[in-house]
Amino acid sequence: MEMNEHIDALLRQVQRPARYVGGEYGQVVKDKADVDVRFAFCFPDTYEIGMSNLGMKILYGVLNDMPGVWCERVFAPWGDMAEKLRQEHIPLWALESGDPLSDFDIIAFSIGYEMAYTTVLDMLDLGGVPIHASERMGLEHMVMAGGGCMCNIEPMADFFDLCFLGEGEDVDREVLALYQKAKREGWDKPRFLRQAAQIEGVYIPSLYDIAYNADGTVAAITPKDGAPEKVRKRIVEDFDACYFPTKPVVPSTEIVHDRVSLEVFRGCIRGCRFCQAGHTNRPVRSRKAETLLKLGKETLENTGYQELNLSSLSTSDYRELSELCDGLLDYCRPRGISLSLPSLRADNFSMDIMHRVQQVRKSGLTFAPEAGTQRLRDVINKNVTEEDLLNSCRIAFQGGWNGVKLYFMLGLPTETDEDVLGIADLAKKVYWTWREAAPDRSRGVRITVSTSEFIPKPHTPFQWEAQISREEYLRRVKLLTDALAKAKSVTYNWHDAEMSLVEAALARGDRRVGAVVEEVWKNGGRLESWSDYFALDRWLAAFPACGLDMDFYATRGRPTEELQPWEHMDCAVSRRHLERERERAYEGVLTPDCRAGCAGCGASRLLKEGVCRG
Amino acid sequence: MDKLRLKFSKTGRAVYLSHLDLMRTMQRVFSRAGVPLKYSEGFNPHAKISIILPLSVGTASLCEYMDFALTEERDLATLPEALNAYMPEGIRALEAYEAPCKGAELRWLMVEGVMKGGRDAAFYTEFFARDTIPVTRKAKRGMRTDDIAPAIQAVQFNDMEGGVAVKAILHAQDPTVSPELMMAALGEDAPAYWRFTRLEAFKEDLTPFR
Repeated sequence: MEMNEHIDALLRQVQRPARYVGGEYGQVVKDKADVDVRFAFCFPDTYEIGMSNLGMKILYGVLNDMPGVWCERVFAPWGDMAEKLRQEHIPLWALESGDPLSDFDIIAFSIGYEMAYTTVLDMLDLGGVPIHASERMGLEHMVMAGGGCMCNIEPMADFFDLCFLGEGEDVDREVLALYQKAKREGWDKPRFLRQAAQIEGVYIPSLYDIAYNADGTVAAITPKDGAPEKVRKRIVEDFDACYFPTKPVVPSTEIVHDRVSLEVFRGCIRGCRFCQAGHTNRPVRSRKAETLLKLGKETLENTGYQELNLSSLSTSDYRELSELCDGLLDYCRPRGISLSLPSLRADNFSMDIMHRVQQVRKSGLTFAPEAGTQRLRDVINKNVTEEDLLNSCRIAFQGGWNGVKLYFMLGLPTETDEDVLGIADLAKKVYWTWREAAPDRSRGVRITVSTSEFIPKPHTPFQWEAQISREEYLRRVKLLTDALAKAKSVTYNWHDAEMSLVEAALARGDRRVGAVVEEVWKNGGRLESWSDYFALDRWLAAFPACGLDMDFYATRGRPTEELQPWEHMDCAVSRRHLERERERAYEGVLTPDCRAGCAGCGASRLLKEGVCRG
Repeated sequence: MDKLRLKFSKTGRAVYLSHLDLMRTMQRVFSRAGVPLKYSEGFNPHAKISIILPLSVGTASLCEYMDFALTEERDLATLPEALNAYMPEGIRALEAYEAPCKGAELRWLMVEGVMKGGRDAAFYTEFFARDTIPVTRKAKRGMRTDDIAPAIQAVQFNDMEGGVAVKAILHAQDPTVSPELMMAALGEDAPAYWRFTRLEAFKEDLTPFR
């Protein structure tokens, strides 16, 4: 990439310019003469967030391993930089070549959270690419998307040409190969999209007509031109053999998760009823400890990182966790490399592992009971008892830890004031546990209680639920604040409900919500997962401006008979299972985890033998 | 092996790396190359490396120096080559050797640069030929005015296409005169754009610093 004086002058005027220039160790640079498809992998957030994303590292490696394909990285500039680019009429560029986004054949976004939607439009616009799919007529500037949000991407349907449902390792390659063929043979865009729709895991929004009822609910979703009635998500069946990026780009400037992240397994055996990732990533598939050990060492050697993190939705549930930790510690300890284990459950086994791993630094422990009473924890199928939690805390305090963070949600289905007050009781019990267990009380203890608002998400048993209103959330926050006011050593943090309201409306939005996203972006909305830039007023104004009601999407409970906007997306877990789980929630009946007994969710359909083994 | 010194350059895209970025990057380069840096003791061990006179973001250099220590014997002659295989773009190890003196002995830096969107070479030449060049800057207690004339030597300006080329030897420590400060001295006559590169380092008596 050539740094001319114009760009150099600009970079000197912005915060942290290193994030805009590329050149890091491990970046892939190809000779344009050998490249027939230029692929811009766009992450609709900052460099610091995007470079921490494992999915991006995986696909960067997978795509660049394809002959003729050059995949480059593009991130959203921070506000000061975005302003300068617009002022100076400089298009957003890709880090490797410095070429503008408009030079690329394929512009693909990885979207993991709804609040990134406006940033997608902003990046396209900054890059000189028309935002609407209908304005892009040719085979060039094919705008694609993948990631967690694809399980209901309807609000972005007018902007994307092609979406990937599920895991990208295989389907991305297949689509790219088809694109190479289309380009070689001079197909037009409609022909390419029609063909691509035949690949499993590919969703072409423009090939579906949506009809609405007079009350605004969806009446029918009709595929056309041979597109499948339901798009089935893709998975990598043999996860042990799945590609892992052992030679990723190593950022020269600091990012959020600046370490090796080793993906232990995909999916989750727990069926927490509020959790979207736990439902949409099934079935569970693991890597062998032996494989992980090899991949971990290799990546540490190739990157020079001093920290390794075991990542998954619930790392305690990894069958070979003990062997893996021992193996990794044997390698890491003599080299001063630290091992971190997030997402551990509050049980004895996990505490034992924790002790072995964190012998040097005793930082805080984090638990997520999610709800304050056993009744409500049973409703959400969070298989953690008060006894488990206090036991774990006792072991931790005995071992010298002196900080615990407890995460909860407010507004879960069936929640009463008693459940809210139960959070305060639990925090107080943790405090008394510390009094009893701590070998040295002179250092004190820090118990942090955090609450956020429950957001009903598609493809979960709670997908039909109403979100509580902002006012109600704030009332419950007040209730808890008062209850904790005199509690010793307890700090209470609560996340504002403003962003949750928007997230709820977008998560279950239909195609018409796309106009709202566009309106908010036109009024300056971008990087809205950052409180620096989020403004609720823009959203409150945009819904009515587009003839829509925000409450219809966010706070309305839906009857289970209603056709939901995402019902043509098949994420493997069946609707029948979700309905059944919803009923069990209301009955307060627990569903055992996948290993204790198969609940027949339907995800095993994706496996050749039809049996989950994770 | 203690008291080692690495001379390296930082140019191109790497000029945007901050001092902390560079420290982190260097640790990882050594680690990737399998060259074991010595670490401090304690709960939060960090590599024992220090960079002499950190560059400001945006300035390039052909003469950066990093002091470091290794836990085992290495052939210093082949070390730069071994490290370069693992460097990000724009950073090159040039030479590794046992430090013959303290980093504090680096006193002068020869710099060159381009200045655009300001006055011509004749104007700058006259400006910097004055006996005193006062610059006012923020200090620990309020504002402070210093005369930087004695800290600038052998300054030359030449007109070039679109601007002025400049070369000078600036005092680098006690007192410190950076290219930025030199530009600040120009006040309203400062160019709209400038870019500098460090070329060579000297001791107080203007003999080469190693």
